[in-house]
Amino acid sequence: MAKYLLLKHYGHGPERMPSHVPMTEWAPEDVDAHIAFQIQLADELRESGEFVDAQAIGPEVSYARFGGTGQAPVVTDGPYPESGELVAGWFLVDVESRERAVEIAARASSAPAKDGKPLFEWIEVRQILEMDPPSADA
Amino acid sequence: MEQLLRDLSPQVLAVLVRRGTPFAAAEDALQEALLQAWSRWPETGEPDNPRAWLITVASRRLVDSTRSEVSRRRREDLVALEPEPGPTEQNDDTLRLLFLCCHESLSPPSAVALTLRAVGGLTTQQIATAFMVPESTMAQRISRAKKSLTGVRFGAPGDLALVLRVLYLIFNEGHRGSVDLVAEAIRLTRLLVRPSRSEPEVLGLLALMLLHDARRPARYLANGSLVPLDHQDRSRWNTARIEEGVLALQTALAADRLGEYQAQAAIAALHDDAATPEETDWPQILSWYDELLAIHDTPAAALSRAVAVGEVDGPQAGLASLSAVEPRLPAWHHRLHAVRGHLLERSGDKEGAATAYARAATQATNIAERDHLTRQAARLQAPPTTTPP
Repeated sequence: MAKYLLLKHYGHGPERMPSHVPMTEWAPEDVDAHIAFQIQLADELRESGEFVDAQAIGPEVSYARFGGTGQAPVVTDGPYPESGELVAGWFLVDVESRERAVEIAARASSAPAKDGKPLFEWIEVRQILEMDPPSADA
Repeated sequence: MEQLLRDLSPQVLAVLVRRGTPFAAAEDALQEALLQAWSRWPETGEPDNPRAWLITVASRRLVDSTRSEVSRRRREDLVALEPEPGPTEQNDDTLRLLFLCCHESLSPPSAVALTLRAVGGLTTQQIATAFMVPESTMAQRISRAKKSLTGVRFGAPGDLALVLRVLYLIFNEGHRGSVDLVAEAIRLTRLLVRPSRSEPEVLGLLALMLLHDARRPARYLANGSLVPLDHQDRSRWNTARIEEGVLALQTALAADRLGEYQAQAAIAALHDDAATPEETDWPQILSWYDELLAIHDTPAAALSRAVAVGEVDGPQAGLASLSAVEPRLPAWHHRLHAVRGHLLERSGDKEGAATAYARAATQATNIAERDHLTRQAARLQAPPTTTPP
């Protein structure tokens, strides 16, 4: 088993998605259908015994860094990354193979969007590192 | 008391399932009986026959949950009629349960979870902790596994190879917080060992586990960093484990029916046998890799063989052997680049080795190996220390 983080972005992934319309411009019922789909997908993953976590995160970005010994942290609220690069949320799944992780990502990408059409968004698939190698490896 | 209950759990479960109770219902009833044991025994003391006590309580629970009077009477009759089985039969029951939990209809992760639950007697919470998933997810995985077994006859002939594979998977999960899956795998594998008529591969797997686990005390530094075999403090290896592993391996090999676990255990034994890395009998290790590949030709084994070739015939021969394996490995396989780094360094190509280690580090699937590979690359890329005048 391996854990994969399936990252959702606001908009584009490896390529620009010119047809991307912000959710705030969808019909309310399309928004409802989209959210219902996310809940349903999480339920499916619970049912299949693969669910670890699902979260949505807000788009507001602050940057913070060490300010130097004895100094206050340095905080800035900009410049903002391009909206498409922002992480919107994730599913964390525990699955048998990378293929299965990709399958779930594709399902997540099929979420209904504006006018009930699939969103076709790119989902970023990243493997979570285990702590240790197998007990017998040399 | 905890150990006793863990030992008895699979036996009680097996009795219930053998009587025709569906797996899930039998498990529920067993849990109820265990709960009652936990709450009552500390006050009343352990019953004379704890196993019979648990079976009776679990059966009563099953009866309670069944509305049909007929089936209730039938079950009670069965309880009354059934003779108390001897120790061998109890062990046989546990083994039948183990084979059932490793049935071919289950995916390996499902079989691992169910085996730990039903035969290992671990709680769902412990298994969830070990695999770092929510308890509800693990409960669901186990519940689905049980459902998949509906209709599979208890005691039907099972596939030993599948059981051994599941046990080896459990072993390789290692230590997860409070749950020691290495110890659990060894304990379960021991259940399969019979004094006189053990399958050689059962002993081979047991030997493989013991011979690897023997090095555990030297495998990590206090800060958690991984120590490769040739840098381990061999005085810290567990000699009792090695002796037991070697004995199991010798017994297995005497049967003259070689299998992949025996061959891997033989390689582990040769490493364990060397007091220093220089004393390692690499020619013998290489010939065991040839045996292993003849039985089961996997890219991982071929990769390890390239290391042995490098030790026996020199790094250039090792690199040539590696090139032959490369097309068979997925592009992201970090061990390929780790082995290449090792061989390049031995051949004197520091720069190439550093590049290979760095590439391996980006592809590692666990933190301990990634950090180790990162240190290897950093060590080779560090500017040469200037000698003071």
